Amino acid sequence: MPGEFTACTTLVANIGHLTCNHLVAYYPSMDDVFRALADASRRQLLDRLHARNGQTLNELCEGLAMTRQAVTKHLKLLEDANLVVTLKHGREKLHYLNPVPIHQIGDRWIRKFERTRLDALSELKRQLEKRDE
Amino acid sequence: MSRPEFVYVTYIETTREKLWQALTGSEFTKRYWFNTELRSDWSVGSPLALVMDGQVTDTGTVLECDPPKRLSYTFHHELNEKARKERPSRVTFVLEAYGKLVKLTLTHDDFAPDSVVIDGISKGWPAILASLKSLLERNEPLVIPFEAMEIAAVR
Repeated sequence: MPGEFTACTTLVANIGHLTCNHLVAYYPSMDDVFRALADASRRQLLDRLHARNGQTLNELCEGLAMTRQAVTKHLKLLEDANLVVTLKHGREKLHYLNPVPIHQIGDRWIRKFERTRLDALSELKRQLEKRDE
Repeated sequence: MSRPEFVYVTYIETTREKLWQALTGSEFTKRYWFNTELRSDWSVGSPLALVMDGQVTDTGTVLECDPPKRLSYTFHHELNEKARKERPSRVTFVLEAYGKLVKLTLTHDDFAPDSVVIDGISKGWPAILASLKSLLERNEPLVIPFEAMEIAAVR
C-alpha cells in the first residue's frame, strides 16, 4: 500500500539529508495534502493559479497582502504536497496548480460511499424481490 | 516560446516499463481513461486516435517516442465543431524513476489562442492521472463517469 510505504519512508526522512533519499522528498502523503490545504493563504495561492496557471513568484506576489517570504514559504509547502509543481521555462520558474492529489483524496472516500450506496441498493432489491415470492 | 498551459505530476509506485505500457497500450488505456482506447503504432510521425466506445474523439501525430522515458504527441479534438477548427495542441509525458516510484510529468501546451479545448483538458487530465495511479498501485481504476466532468465542449 502506498500509505504504508510513506509511513516507512518517514523514518528515513529523519536521516534523509544524510542519505539523500529522494523518495522521501518526492512522495507526498495525504497528511501533507490536508496540511497544505488547511490554510487560507495557501488556498488563495491555489485560487490564483486556478485563475491563471503557470505564474512566476513575482506574478503570484502581485496584489497580495503577504510578504514575498511568506509566499515562498507557502509555495514550498504546496510543492511538498504536490499541489503545486514548478517548471523551468527559459530563465523563469513557473508554478502550476496540480489537482491530481485532490482527486486521489476523492478516490479514497467517494468510492466507499458509492459502495455503501450500491450495497443499500442490492439489499433493497433483495427485500423487494423477497416480497414478490 | 509561450508558457505551457498545464503541468501535472503524479508519483506512482510502479516501474517505468509498466507505466509506459499503461500510457500506450490500447487495452490498458480503456481501463482508466474514460473507456478510451489509444490507437497508434507509436512510430514518430504516425497518426494516433483516441477511440471512446467506438467513436473517435481525438486524433494526433506521434512527435517523440523514447520508451520508457518520453512520449509526445499532438492532440486535436474531433467531436466539437469549434475545437475541430483549432490547430492541434501538444501532450508530453516524461517518466523518471526514483527507487520504487516513478514520477510522471504531463505537460499539455501549445494551445490555439482562446482554445475551447482547455476546459475539457483541465478537468480530464487530473481525473485520468488519479485513475491511472490507482490502477497501477491497487489494480483498481478510479471510475469517474465522463458525464460527471461537465466538459462544456462535449456537452
